[in-house]
Amino acid sequence: MSHDQPLPDPHGHYGRFGGRFAPEALIAALDEVESEWDKAKQDPQFQAELADLLRDYTGRPSALSEARNFSGHCGGARVLLKREDLNHTGSHKINNVLGQALLTRRMGKTRVIAETGAGQHGVATATACALLGLDCVIYMGEEDTQRQALNVARMRMLGAEVVPVTIGSRTLKDAINEAFRDWVANVDHTHYLFGTVAGPHPFPKLVRDLHFVVGEEARAQVLDRVGRLPDAVAACVGGGSNAMAIFAAFIPDEDVALYGFEAGGEGAQTTRTAASITAGSPGVFHGARTFVLQDEYGQTLPSHSISAGLDYPAVGPEHAHLADTGRATYEPVTDAEAMEAFRLLCRTEGIIPAIESAHALAGARRLGERLGPEAVILVNLSGRGDKDVDTAAAYFGLVDPEGQA
Amino acid sequence: MTTATALQNTLTAAREAGRAALIGYLPAGFPDVESSIRVIEAMVEGGCDVIEVGLPYSDPMMDGPTIQRAADRALAAGTTTDDVFRVVEATAATGAAAVVMSYWNPIERYGVERFAAALAKAGGAGVITPDLIPEESEEWTAASRASGLDRVFLVAPSSTDRRLALTTQACSGFVYAASLMGVTGTRAQVSDTAAVLVRRTREVTRDSGLPVCVGLGISTGAQAAEVASYADGVIVGAGFCQRVLDAPDLETGLVAVRSFAQELAEGVRSGRA
Repeated sequence: MSHDQPLPDPHGHYGRFGGRFAPEALIAALDEVESEWDKAKQDPQFQAELADLLRDYTGRPSALSEARNFSGHCGGARVLLKREDLNHTGSHKINNVLGQALLTRRMGKTRVIAETGAGQHGVATATACALLGLDCVIYMGEEDTQRQALNVARMRMLGAEVVPVTIGSRTLKDAINEAFRDWVANVDHTHYLFGTVAGPHPFPKLVRDLHFVVGEEARAQVLDRVGRLPDAVAACVGGGSNAMAIFAAFIPDEDVALYGFEAGGEGAQTTRTAASITAGSPGVFHGARTFVLQDEYGQTLPSHSISAGLDYPAVGPEHAHLADTGRATYEPVTDAEAMEAFRLLCRTEGIIPAIESAHALAGARRLGERLGPEAVILVNLSGRGDKDVDTAAAYFGLVDPEGQA
Repeated sequence: MTTATALQNTLTAAREAGRAALIGYLPAGFPDVESSIRVIEAMVEGGCDVIEVGLPYSDPMMDGPTIQRAADRALAAGTTTDDVFRVVEATAATGAAAVVMSYWNPIERYGVERFAAALAKAGGAGVITPDLIPEESEEWTAASRASGLDRVFLVAPSSTDRRLALTTQACSGFVYAASLMGVTGTRAQVSDTAAVLVRRTREVTRDSGLPVCVGLGISTGAQAAEVASYADGVIVGAGFCQRVLDAPDLETGLVAVRSFAQELAEGVRSGRA
């Protein structure tokens, strides 16, 4: 496989970001994940098994859809949607999960733990564990278990144990803390199936590698469809896995502009935001040096986004590096802008996007206005919005407060 | 030739007395800044030789529920990094050696050199860094050397021999041996992994004589005695926090803390009998 990027360095650094700020007790396990993944990448049998699953189980390659009607709301630019929403379980998350579940089995471990915010990564993990016969425990902030009760039921239906986390802010960051605490106590037989391109080395690299296929497919599909590379690639950024998924294959293409759209919440200048690159500062969080929403003493600040999947007070270290070097540009998109793009895509294209992905669509509208009708914009439509129908219905007043039509 | 820190002197004195040192942990600002100073004074009166002053952090990944609750209380009371230095100063005034236990981000945010200088000025002897490994510690090593502070890194039952050597070489004062694979909090028994880890660690510290202190899961006098039979120091945290959390008022808590410290102090003195 030619998935190797020049970064990270051998200690997991992306420029001044990344690294491994983890308890000593976990270093042996992190080393094991790193060395097993290096071996698995070179193992034709492992790669064949993963490729079969991605094709026959996930449904890859995912389609590239031209959004001809939505284009009219994007300054007339050509907008091409990479349809990760059409994957099994409804988002890009399945790519990473299948790879790490196979890696778990390869390491001889029988139990998987994972964190989830909105529930997408938890559902994908529970799915892969059901398929491969692995025990599965999902940590989810208590507040999120209430906001996403349907996904809790889905995970339990798939055989996973869902543990509501009742400490701290009771959201995604606390679920990650709790998963690390479980891992350190059970690491001899447990793999922590990390869901995004954050955390201590090698997770940012491992998760990027397993999602590389998204950008690789999209690059070939755009060349085939348009006859040239896109002018810009747009993705939403929380932890940043779907953005790295679509960026990675384009990083060497210097003429392709890369845009990450962060969850601005009620505005990146307010305290109700999750835009960690725009509004945060360099710090160490969940095992890596990156941009963090923090106070003057280094205490993590609560994040806010209408999208539970982007509601995270930090970002993967490679994004921090891409922002640092200017290779990618990160801009905040507010809840209101994202919901307007959500509505427009539903009405113009008959596609209900995840609210996460709607941030990328809002970004594409902004880019289209800037670049004009000659431009080609590739958007990672990272997930479908079925899970968000309750939130959207409440937002747009489609149902009365009791949820009745 | 650098002069010995208060931590090094205290551990040497305990070794010369033929016993392990008793090291007690409390987050600064728990339950509030002034009260935490009083709890620490009670810990020292009861027999703690060294106090680990915790810097309360919003995301304590290595801590179990008891210390999480204590740290949350401290943060809710508005405790800041500067308050931690105040508590260190008060701790040093008791005659016990004061070290800070902190996750890395608050130190980095304060400014690594600035933090080291402020801690040294407050009379602190060093810092225990549970989520900083030697590979990431270049800046901290320089700053702590410049300020004459000890650097305490952790080793764990999962550490390879190569990492035991690497980590103990980077330490000064002592090396913190995590008794088990897990987070802080009380356990019914001392894990078998503790003695094995101490033995393995001593194999790589034979030349340096670096003290090996054991923490995680120790919460009774009998457990302290057991660990004191093979370690240079016994570290207790959650047991102190729990007594403060359980007490109806501060005065009752102070009595319980003092008596708990006495029980542990008797333990570390009977371990090698």
